[in-house]
Amino acid sequence: MTLNNKLVVSASPHDRSVRTVKSIMLDVIIALVPALVASVIYYGPRALLIEAVAVATCVIFEAFSRVIMKREQTIGDFSAVITGLLLAFNLPASIPLWMVVIGSAVAIIVVKQFFGGIGQNFVNPALVGRIVLLASFPTAMSSWVEPLSWKNGSIDGITSASPLADIHNMIKSTGTSADIPNLKEMLLGWREGCLGETCAIALIIGGLYLVARKVIKPTIPLVYIGTVAVIMFIAGKGNLQFVAYELLGGGLMLGAIFMATDYTTSPITFKGKIIFGIGCGIFTSLIRIFGNLPEGVSYSIVIMNILVPLIEQATLPKPFGTPKKEKEEKAK
Amino acid sequence: MAEKKSLGKELTKGIILENPVLRLVLGTCPTLATTTSVTSALGMGVSASIVLICSNIVISALRKVIPQKVRIPAYIVIIASFVTIVQMLVKAFVPVLDEQLGVYLPLIVVNCIILGRAEAFASKNGVLSSAVDGLGMGIGFTAALFVMGTVREILGAGTFMAGIKDLIGGTFNGFDIPFLNENPMLIFVLAPGGFFVFGMVMAVANKLAESKGQPKAVLHGCENCPMAKTCSIKDTHEGCNTKEAEA
Repeated sequence: MTLNNKLVVSASPHDRSVRTVKSIMLDVIIALVPALVASVIYYGPRALLIEAVAVATCVIFEAFSRVIMKREQTIGDFSAVITGLLLAFNLPASIPLWMVVIGSAVAIIVVKQFFGGIGQNFVNPALVGRIVLLASFPTAMSSWVEPLSWKNGSIDGITSASPLADIHNMIKSTGTSADIPNLKEMLLGWREGCLGETCAIALIIGGLYLVARKVIKPTIPLVYIGTVAVIMFIAGKGNLQFVAYELLGGGLMLGAIFMATDYTTSPITFKGKIIFGIGCGIFTSLIRIFGNLPEGVSYSIVIMNILVPLIEQATLPKPFGTPKKEKEEKAK
Repeated sequence: MAEKKSLGKELTKGIILENPVLRLVLGTCPTLATTTSVTSALGMGVSASIVLICSNIVISALRKVIPQKVRIPAYIVIIASFVTIVQMLVKAFVPVLDEQLGVYLPLIVVNCIILGRAEAFASKNGVLSSAVDGLGMGIGFTAALFVMGTVREILGAGTFMAGIKDLIGGTFNGFDIPFLNENPMLIFVLAPGGFFVFGMVMAVANKLAESKGQPKAVLHGCENCPMAKTCSIKDTHEGCNTKEAEA
């Protein structure tokens, strides 16, 4: 009788991974911390306030929608926290707080919960939150605050163009502008931009942590950034400095490392990931070179998100041992 | 068969149960394009309703004369005549509305609702019930446009019924919504906001119809089609766009 208590009979698998949705999400949050610290250093307490509001409202909206829809509560998996953080990272420091709340509502209620919650959203919720805000309030969404200006007091007054717009003007008019930060400043994030996108070093550290923890595979970020680099090298007629500015400017690092690698909205197979990365890179470059907007990372990732089902279908691996004939017949 | 139904039923079915826009998903193009403000939405709704009622009456009266094989061209000629009349009247008396609606006013000719009612109802029913059907469908169309226009104008422009004076006269010319007036959510007057509001309103209409024991509006299959009872191509499926979507 004593033996019965010690012997556990259960169905396979017996060797289970300790990894859960919650642990993966916690890893992503840890990976976002360097960028969060950088944003607070550059943009002061207001950055922290925006991030806190975004995270809190995202969690509240998630909890409410699950209760209203009479579904299992999912705020415990921290995915809403990440959506909130990423949304805040995509907003400028001077944005009014009520706009942040609208962004959270669009991201969580419309994009995530209307489609069935975690794992069911067809595009990245935080990105759509940003796009809706950008389309609704273009002025508030493109007023940048100079980094570290919060130490001198007022944060709302100062607005200027983002370096990416300056670079494009510089290339087009072939004159040099003194306002453009040098490459070292670009790398450290000493430039105008959204809260979380400026400090490339912090984002890369976060990305390396995710790769080391095997939360993400480096395929999509590398292919994405590589495609942009190649196209910009051709577009800039071999000007390497231009390429470097394009890679460090705008939201490319943030988008490639944290947004494009979202499990739900990116392909599973290796081939699929490469197609996805190249597609993101092409759209980003096209929007930056030919578009009216200075930046196109959010749009290009959302476009490729929508194409993911097609990519998955095209790159479906053939089961081992199936005869080749089938394929040939299909081709005919 | 349908003539045995009471006229009251013919009138009310168009408002929720068989609402042309929200339940039959017809005429979506003018719906999305003209609901950026309440004024243009109402203008569109009323113009289309007048054409719908008139064309329903004439097509119903001529239903035994029109040969089966050329019925669609015949319907189009009748509808186009009324659209021309309405367009000329609008141009003469409400030129502002003509500017707002632009190409969508002449495009009423190819509005699916009008052609759909001609094919599904007026060609098989008497003059009186066809007129009532046209009136009910027109009210349903106008009501759907009004609801969408209200949501989009309040959120997207921060006003309500702005410029209504040009349409109906009088002294009332709409009012501004305090906070939204200064911070309008532009996306609601753009195309994505239009699609979003359309989806939301359609979901509400589905819920309302479901609570009255009607099936949800589904885009494939005859069983769920709200028009199945009156459908003229039920057996052949010839030219049925819902059947094509299924295949």
